[in-house]
Amino acid sequence: MENLINIFVKSIFIDNMVFAYFLGMCSYLAVSKTVKTSVGLGLAVIFVLGFTVPLNYLIENFILKEGAMRWLGEDFADVDLSFLRFIFFIAVIASMVQLVEMIVEKFSPSLYSSLGIFLPLIAVNCAILGGSLFMAEREYANIAEATVFGLGSGVGWFLAIVGIAAIREKIKYSNVPEPLKGLGITFIITGLMGLAFMGFMGINL
Amino acid sequence: MNRNSNTYIFIFSIIMVIVVGAILSFVAISLKPMQTKNVEIEKKRNILSALQIKNTVENAEDLFDKYITEMIAVNTNGEIIPDVDVFELDLKKELYKEHEDIKLPVFIGKLDNGELKYIIPLSGKGLWGPIWGYIALNEDMTTVFGATFSHKSETPGLGAEIETDWYQQKFSEKKIFDENGDFVSIKVVKGGAPPDNIHGVDAISGGTITSNGLEDMLFDCLKLYEPYLNNK
Amino acid sequence: MFSRKNLKLLTDPINKNNPITIQVLGICSALAVTVKLKPAFVMALSVVFVMAMSNVIISLLRKTIPNRIRIIVQLVVIAALVIIVDEILKAYVFDISKQLTVFVGLIITNCIIMGRLEAFALANKPWPSLLDGIGNAAGYGAILIIVAFFRELFGSGTIWNVQVIPDSFYELGYVNNGMFILPPMALIVVGVIIWVQRAKNPELQEEN
Repeated sequence: MENLINIFVKSIFIDNMVFAYFLGMCSYLAVSKTVKTSVGLGLAVIFVLGFTVPLNYLIENFILKEGAMRWLGEDFADVDLSFLRFIFFIAVIASMVQLVEMIVEKFSPSLYSSLGIFLPLIAVNCAILGGSLFMAEREYANIAEATVFGLGSGVGWFLAIVGIAAIREKIKYSNVPEPLKGLGITFIITGLMGLAFMGFMGINL
Repeated sequence: MNRNSNTYIFIFSIIMVIVVGAILSFVAISLKPMQTKNVEIEKKRNILSALQIKNTVENAEDLFDKYITEMIAVNTNGEIIPDVDVFELDLKKELYKEHEDIKLPVFIGKLDNGELKYIIPLSGKGLWGPIWGYIALNEDMTTVFGATFSHKSETPGLGAEIETDWYQQKFSEKKIFDENGDFVSIKVVKGGAPPDNIHGVDAISGGTITSNGLEDMLFDCLKLYEPYLNNK
Repeated sequence: MFSRKNLKLLTDPINKNNPITIQVLGICSALAVTVKLKPAFVMALSVVFVMAMSNVIISLLRKTIPNRIRIIVQLVVIAALVIIVDEILKAYVFDISKQLTVFVGLIITNCIIMGRLEAFALANKPWPSLLDGIGNAAGYGAILIIVAFFRELFGSGTIWNVQVIPDSFYELGYVNNGMFILPPMALIVVGVIIWVQRAKNPELQEEN
């Protein structure tokens, strides 16, 4: 349990997808003009990461890894399909996003109207694929850890985009040098936020 | 043919999957030997560095054959297990096994002056991910001759310092058993170890968790070898 | 072959229509590898390869790809190319591939590649598509290399792993700025690059 909390906190604050790894920057920059839309996109990211990371965990550990197919019999014990990792992960993500979109549309039209437009955007959000790749890279011990990591990364991304959106709403009224307006200042603010987040480094619960 | 009919889409996807699959398998299989070789060379270089032998990618294999005279596998009771491909043993995978099934690799090197050194692999966890390394012991099985550590993703400038020469140098001449012959491993000491502390080295300032991980790794791995080291 | 129009495809993205600083695409995957010049350079080359090849392949297939599954087809083509790059890196430049780790894989979701496939390759012939791919990837790589140059110079005092700041500086009390090694500095450096570029080209400035 302690371990899970540790992973959760770490993935939100320390290994933050945006500030530590620059993942999901495209949508982060493009959709962060107002707080309202960024909350929507942030929620969708948490949602999708929470689904795809554990799913890819299963794929990684029962199909792709060296020796992962042992459950099919000893003949398969030496099969190493890890070179197919990228293609499998991206396929899972693309189809999951599609599936989630369809399910949400059917069962919760209100949620769909607020999240819906963002879901297709998410298939190519690097934070999602990044989440799965980091999961494989760090070799989490079980599916609970992987799920917690996925959710934590999502929450971290959510915090980042909502934070920058709030700042951008205010900064409209500030006197920013002409060439820095818009994109330039957003980059610099993100950097400064990242520095602040670095203060969490080394936290171990 | 209609590009939007289901049959067309279906056929298109099947052809695509087959073509892509074939190309990828071909690339993966044809490059596999080189990749395995890279991993092997890397391992040999690490072992040589623990022996304090300067090496490059090119000469690592020759040097390894020259200096490493014997490779043995032992179990956790210190008994030698025959007929094991020692070089292929992966300590990290072994650590997951049941205590009595663990096969521990030991590399024995002979220096130019005829001294024998025993090289033991290490595997543990740092702040962000795995850390690993090799430690070479003198023939008395307690004095450290040299050590080398690597990491996957420790913080540059802080935890990542374990990879540097100046830090690894601090381990030589330290002892892992005390004067009564009890196993104490090597501790990292926050704020710096006094020079007369033969069981301690400085922790890395700002890299506390990595340092602690390093200490745990040394203790846990060497502990497994304790029976073997005692037998000698 | 190299008519003025085609040449423009190649050179425009390097400055006036730079994918990172103007189109705001593809920042994601690569800034994390800009601590040192060498991995950044390899990363840039990988992106050039993936982008040029995927643009050509999609452009060749543009008349056969069913519209409904075109996104998936594009992803598969990109992912396959990225796997090939990754395997080649692991086989030939093992040291660097260790540093790049997951970031090679993240080329797949690099928005520039998808963006150019959608916006250009699906509607153009292979040759212009190739130029467009190389141009955009080069524009992207240029930013990567500039950022890496400054981060390595100030962060480690080296360029391409060769020490350039003389020892006498260190003796006088100069220290490497550790902050440049940390991720947020990459963002700030990009911010400054945008600042410089837009100060020189006022027509690129935004309203707010």
